[in-house]
Amino acid sequence: MIAGLKVLTPGLQTTVQDLGRIGHQAIGVPVSGALDGFSLRLANALAGNPQGAAALEILLSGPTFEIVADSARVALVGTGANLSIRDMQPRMIPAGQSTMLRRGEVFEVGVGAQSACCYLAVEGGIAVPLVLGSASTYVRARLGGLHGRPLQKEDVVPLAMARASERRETRMPVPLPATREQPIRVVLGPQQEYFMPEAVTALLSAEFLVSREADRMGIRLEGPPLRHCGGWDIISDAIATGSIQVPGSGQPIVLLADHQTTGGYPKIATVVSADLPAIARCRPGDKLRFVAVAAEAAENLCRQAEHRFAELVAAIEPLAEPSAIKHALLFDENLISGVVSGLE
Amino acid sequence: MNVRFLSAGDRALVVEFGDRADRALSERVLRLDAVIRANAPNGLVETVPTFRSLMVYYDPLVTGHTELEQAITSLLDRGDNPGAHTTLWRVPACYEGKYAPDLAEVAQLTRLTPAEVVTLHSSTRFHVYMLGFLPGFPYMGDLPEPLALPRRANPRVRVPAGSVSIATSLTAIYPYESPGGWHLIGATPIRLFDPERARPALFAPGDAVVFDPIDSASFASIERAVENRNYVVESTPVAA
Repeated sequence: MIAGLKVLTPGLQTTVQDLGRIGHQAIGVPVSGALDGFSLRLANALAGNPQGAAALEILLSGPTFEIVADSARVALVGTGANLSIRDMQPRMIPAGQSTMLRRGEVFEVGVGAQSACCYLAVEGGIAVPLVLGSASTYVRARLGGLHGRPLQKEDVVPLAMARASERRETRMPVPLPATREQPIRVVLGPQQEYFMPEAVTALLSAEFLVSREADRMGIRLEGPPLRHCGGWDIISDAIATGSIQVPGSGQPIVLLADHQTTGGYPKIATVVSADLPAIARCRPGDKLRFVAVAAEAAENLCRQAEHRFAELVAAIEPLAEPSAIKHALLFDENLISGVVSGLE
Repeated sequence: MNVRFLSAGDRALVVEFGDRADRALSERVLRLDAVIRANAPNGLVETVPTFRSLMVYYDPLVTGHTELEQAITSLLDRGDNPGAHTTLWRVPACYEGKYAPDLAEVAQLTRLTPAEVVTLHSSTRFHVYMLGFLPGFPYMGDLPEPLALPRRANPRVRVPAGSVSIATSLTAIYPYESPGGWHLIGATPIRLFDPERARPALFAPGDAVVFDPIDSASFASIERAVENRNYVVESTPVAA
């Protein structure tokens, strides 16, 4: 029998993701992968996996699973998220530590109210075939993941290991530093010259609200309209993840993992890669501010974030007592969901 | 060669050749793309050629945009850039009945007969400028002047996979069902994108495409052959 997680309820949108499908954008294939790659990597590290292993991305409302393997070691990462295990002795396991579950145990993922997304890694990883080198689900073209779509009731998510290894559980010793109040850093361009100077000023001074129109392609923000100085149609060109594209309405859209590889709206700025996880965690109704940095500074931020991440992984420690809960891992930030559709 | 380097964050650099969609700029973009792929600079992740610019993705843990700009500039200065090998594809397309829901309207808007629209479209050799929007979606041009129309005022929620479409100076084929605002003047049964193939996207930027009109009976038989992975789209190599 296949070892897996049986889906009792699928949650709003639960998909298999890894760090993305790299190298195929020239033929129109989006990178996809975890919206918050930082949390996916950390969940994998806690579960004892390579950081880029396939795991489950859970958006806004969590799924419920039954273990249909001898045992499975799982680790959840997400601000304020937790696992509630229904058993003879119901218990709650906070995000930020691994835990072993046995055949027949049922657990529900609680996303919490602080972040739009959380990541559930399973020791050994999720055994779905790679498509163009990645397990990531890209729903629009039905690529990757489990049948190229979000999980549905009755699915069995196949696991690579039928039984958890014999070892101590792990946990994060410290909550992550809070950054929620800090503005999101952007590099201006590549098309800021398509905008009135006041639009750039507004982007960098006004407060923007995360709208309900948000999904894995992008999140639409509400704020003062960012006015173009000429037309808002450009000759279609390539789009980087984090691009802030502004259609005719003047309401910006931050493009995320499943964004189209190319598009025809001017892009006023690009969110630095170090801040993409913070954007991914935004929930509808959250408020955002932006601050500009130079490209060199953005590259340094990326290097610093990677350095801090390595320190965090190095700090993972064995859990003292099997059921002791000393800290909930509290990411400080916010998060995402919805529907931003592209058109051609 | 005068180009502009524009930053697209800390992981991508735009090499912009101009602000128009035309063949001369496209050839320059595709030549630089081929040279960069052949001489992969340190830290290169991937490239995306578009109408008038080349996006170069890099790993900021390995390189930086200043270093990359220098590397790209030295490649631009090479006079003997090799042209990429390209292919001419003959794409069967049915311009009849349910396969061509907008043909009558396009004929009306362009003051042509439906037959004239089909003749103009199927007698043009198109250049694949770029792929984007959806996996394998080709932006091809240029349409004969009389066929140039703006996008539909009311985009469709569902455009069927295989739809042959026109808008502005371009023509395209939808590889997947998706929303879309282009005019649908025909359909092809061939599969533009298949991740199981060694080359998942049928066309590459720089390729040439010609549409061959077929009737609905041929459409059905080709569709079956495609389903059985028993159909090969006619193609011939084109010297660079």
